[in-house]
Amino acid sequence: MKSSALVFLTAFMALSASWGGFVLAPQIQLGRNAQAKTVPAGDLYPVARPGLANQGADVYRALGCVHCHSQQVRQDGVKCELVLTDAGTNTTATLAALGKLKPGLATAETLSGLPKTLMPLADMNAADPLLKVITGAGAKAEVHVTPTGPDIARQWGRRHTVAQDYVFDSPVQPGTRRAGPDLANVGARFPDRNWHLRHLYAPLAEVANSTMPPYRFLFEKRPVGSGPVPDALALPAGFAAEPGFEIVPTDAARALAAYLVSLRADSPLFEAPVTLPPAPATTAAK
Amino acid sequence: MTAPPSNPPSAIDASCRLPLFGLFGGAAVCLALASGFGLIASLSFHKASLFADCAMLSYGRAYPAWSHLLVYGFCVPAGLGAGLWLLARLGRVEVAKPWLIAFGAKLWNLGVLVGLIGILAGDASGFEWFEMPRYAVIILLAAFLIITLCAFITHYGRSRRHEEADSPSGTEARFVTSEPTLYPSQWFVVAALFWFPWIFTTAGWLLHYFQVRGVVQVAVGWWYAGNLLNVWLPLTGLAATFYLLPKITGRPLQSQYLALFAFLTLVVFGTWTGMPAHAPLPAWMPTLSGGASLLALVPALAVVASAILTCRGSNVACLGGPLCYAKFGVVSFAVSSLLIALTACPLISRVTDFTWFNHGHATLRLYGFFVMTMTGAAYYILPRVSGIEICANRVRANFWLFVIGTLLFTLPLVAGGVTQGAKLLDPSILFLDTAKPAMMAFRMSTLGEVLIAAGSGLFLFNVLAVMAAWYRSVCRQAFANATARLETAEAQS
Repeated sequence: MKSSALVFLTAFMALSASWGGFVLAPQIQLGRNAQAKTVPAGDLYPVARPGLANQGADVYRALGCVHCHSQQVRQDGVKCELVLTDAGTNTTATLAALGKLKPGLATAETLSGLPKTLMPLADMNAADPLLKVITGAGAKAEVHVTPTGPDIARQWGRRHTVAQDYVFDSPVQPGTRRAGPDLANVGARFPDRNWHLRHLYAPLAEVANSTMPPYRFLFEKRPVGSGPVPDALALPAGFAAEPGFEIVPTDAARALAAYLVSLRADSPLFEAPVTLPPAPATTAAK
Repeated sequence: MTAPPSNPPSAIDASCRLPLFGLFGGAAVCLALASGFGLIASLSFHKASLFADCAMLSYGRAYPAWSHLLVYGFCVPAGLGAGLWLLARLGRVEVAKPWLIAFGAKLWNLGVLVGLIGILAGDASGFEWFEMPRYAVIILLAAFLIITLCAFITHYGRSRRHEEADSPSGTEARFVTSEPTLYPSQWFVVAALFWFPWIFTTAGWLLHYFQVRGVVQVAVGWWYAGNLLNVWLPLTGLAATFYLLPKITGRPLQSQYLALFAFLTLVVFGTWTGMPAHAPLPAWMPTLSGGASLLALVPALAVVASAILTCRGSNVACLGGPLCYAKFGVVSFAVSSLLIALTACPLISRVTDFTWFNHGHATLRLYGFFVMTMTGAAYYILPRVSGIEICANRVRANFWLFVIGTLLFTLPLVAGGVTQGAKLLDPSILFLDTAKPAMMAFRMSTLGEVLIAAGSGLFLFNVLAVMAAWYRSVCRQAFANATARLETAEAQS
């Protein structure tokens, strides 16, 4: 290269291209993301965390929890199934319709014990013509979507994490390492804040062979009786303080536990469909 | 305006002394400190309850303190120091405003210290490789701009450039260079000086001062980290490599065109790397980034080819000296680029994501490539600017400590990451059982960290020894002068 100007120009062009691509473009695409509606319930998602949990997010950042815990669930794909939920009044027509879908289905057994899985589907779009046939006969059917993958099988979440899940987080900490388990849905797995407090104080008391360091500095040891403390930890023998003393969480520990309980990212979204088991009418294709 | 006279190398080196003492001295201190924090961080995996009562030394704070000290405490000032010296030497010009650069170096070290205290006190930003709190950002940026400004003034004033006095066009003054091209190291340094303020300002502004919302934060954070680790570090490190290899082997660089190819592919492809494959971002971003990571192997191969062609046939034994450092740096650069390129393949990244694998290749890049190249450059430059030799045995001992330490540090992490990842993919294996083999690998890597810490300590000792010897000689000289003058005065009276 002949001159510094040329070096500058090259560097400028290269860097401005990636700046445009990875800084400007996501800002344009996602920077104004606000609450979205879940599909099909139409609830607003995500919901801002309550105040204490919001403070807990700050404790989470200050303690550097992100260096060992990710908040990202991966999924390999989805399993779609056509599920018959209502046989309708005209069972003959329903059976005829089912026979059109797949000859083997046109038996009376299919209509007993609803809801019943009729057939696996290649994807959600494949359901539309089939649903038309079934609803034409007066019956009702739904598409059930179940994400698959090792993270889902570990019950770390029901679906993969998407950009929408982080709208209210700041800083966003998806993490890059799993020295400990994923926490994207830890609030769904362990909804009890006292469990989290005990686990933070002495991980081994709650999880055998846990490799997590204890966070004793988030707690205070106080003599019993100096004041009523409703949330003193009820620890198993071997972890509890000596008689006459009790372990009391500090404000930071309370906030962190509230934050952990609030971690939950499993609402069905347009870009991440999932059928939640207890809800009867989610993700029915329209 | 007439052409300024070409400066003798000794004068150029002398002008670099003050800034380089500041930059390399601070870097050596930070490297030793970083090793200490790295060890503290690792200890949490040996005995989980070790720092249960001390928030400051818990893993979540010691680890960011390590990365902060290593990247901002060592890499940036060491890279700046080597870059300044290269600009001055290759431009055959004395470095501009050495006092100002020394001040900038001190300011930079202050910023690093403020950031370190912030991180330990719980003010870390939460973004990997950009852990410093917001108040440190402004100090670091100011310090970098001061040094960059002086570096550009130095580069602009290089004595090869002179106004053609008898320009045929008369009124139009035309700048020409007496040699047709800049040397490759100069391209790399100039591009790096331009690169860092841009990415640093973007990250500081968008992550601290005018926070973007939601995942845009992680996009910016990863873009910054990718540009820092995969473009800025290679630019600065390779600038030194392309100078040291031909200089020490006594053979011309093979070849300028290969270096140009490496430069262009590095800035064009490297800048798009950094997004992990499973990032919760729109799919086009990780995909594009994966493709770029794969293509970023091209400059690494070009550098390897250039290094082999340059060193082949030279009969200079490297004996654990700067040449060895530079060669090991090239190999580490290529291997870490290969590991990054491997993660571009979805089948592989599915296994390696979220494991120690990524930590392994990042530390290989940082320690194996950058720290090696820069300590080698420091061992080459410091004796020249100070006129004080460093004992070759200590340099050789440092080389082997770093080499064995780096290999022991990174290889178990890479291998352990793969086994950990394979187990993570099998949901029938309990999570704690997946973490266990990784823990074994991690504990082995601690041994490497100990060796690196020993090497860092030795480096600090060597750098301080040079500085102390120089200051001692200055004092001795001053004392001699003072006494001499007195004698003359007495003789005259």
